[in-house]
Amino acid sequence: MFLARITGSVVATIKDDALHGKKLLLVRPLDHSGQAIGRTLVALDAVGAGVGETVYCCRGKEASFPWLPDPMPTDAAIVGIVDPGVDPQ
Amino acid sequence: MQLARVIGTVVATRKDARLEGYKLLIVRLQSPEGKDEAGYLVAVDTVGAGAGERVLVVQGSSARMARDSQDKPIDAAIVGIVDTVQALR
Repeated sequence: MFLARITGSVVATIKDDALHGKKLLLVRPLDHSGQAIGRTLVALDAVGAGVGETVYCCRGKEASFPWLPDPMPTDAAIVGIVDPGVDPQ
Repeated sequence: MQLARVIGTVVATRKDARLEGYKLLIVRLQSPEGKDEAGYLVAVDTVGAGAGERVLVVQGSSARMARDSQDKPIDAAIVGIVDTVQALR
């Protein structure tokens, strides 16, 4: 898993049936000191996160596990919201 | 998931039997601002995407969670056609 900041959202009308009603958010990965690193990706929200929040995300097939037993075609999911004011170090 | 743009198609007559009837598209990865980035993928289309459209691409074993792609030898699938991207900045 990795820390990330939510930097935006994506709207898609035509999509896989399983994705209907789910929130697609842009997440920018962060390093241990909170600096943005790497490229932005699109993650499926499993916890009700919003733009500007610091979250942690899961990648790979495990990103679909929050929706088990339903299959979910995502390789990135937001699985936790970091409490405000908590220093990642 | 990654944002990408459809830049072409792939035609293959000889291929794994499980891939018969699938549309294979070449997609170029993109930033949230719509700039092309390094790298491209060949992805199976599951939503009816076409040339020039901005799409959502799932990679890895999660690609097999997309509609009708269970047990297929694929590791990249287009699962959505992007309407809008709202990014902070």
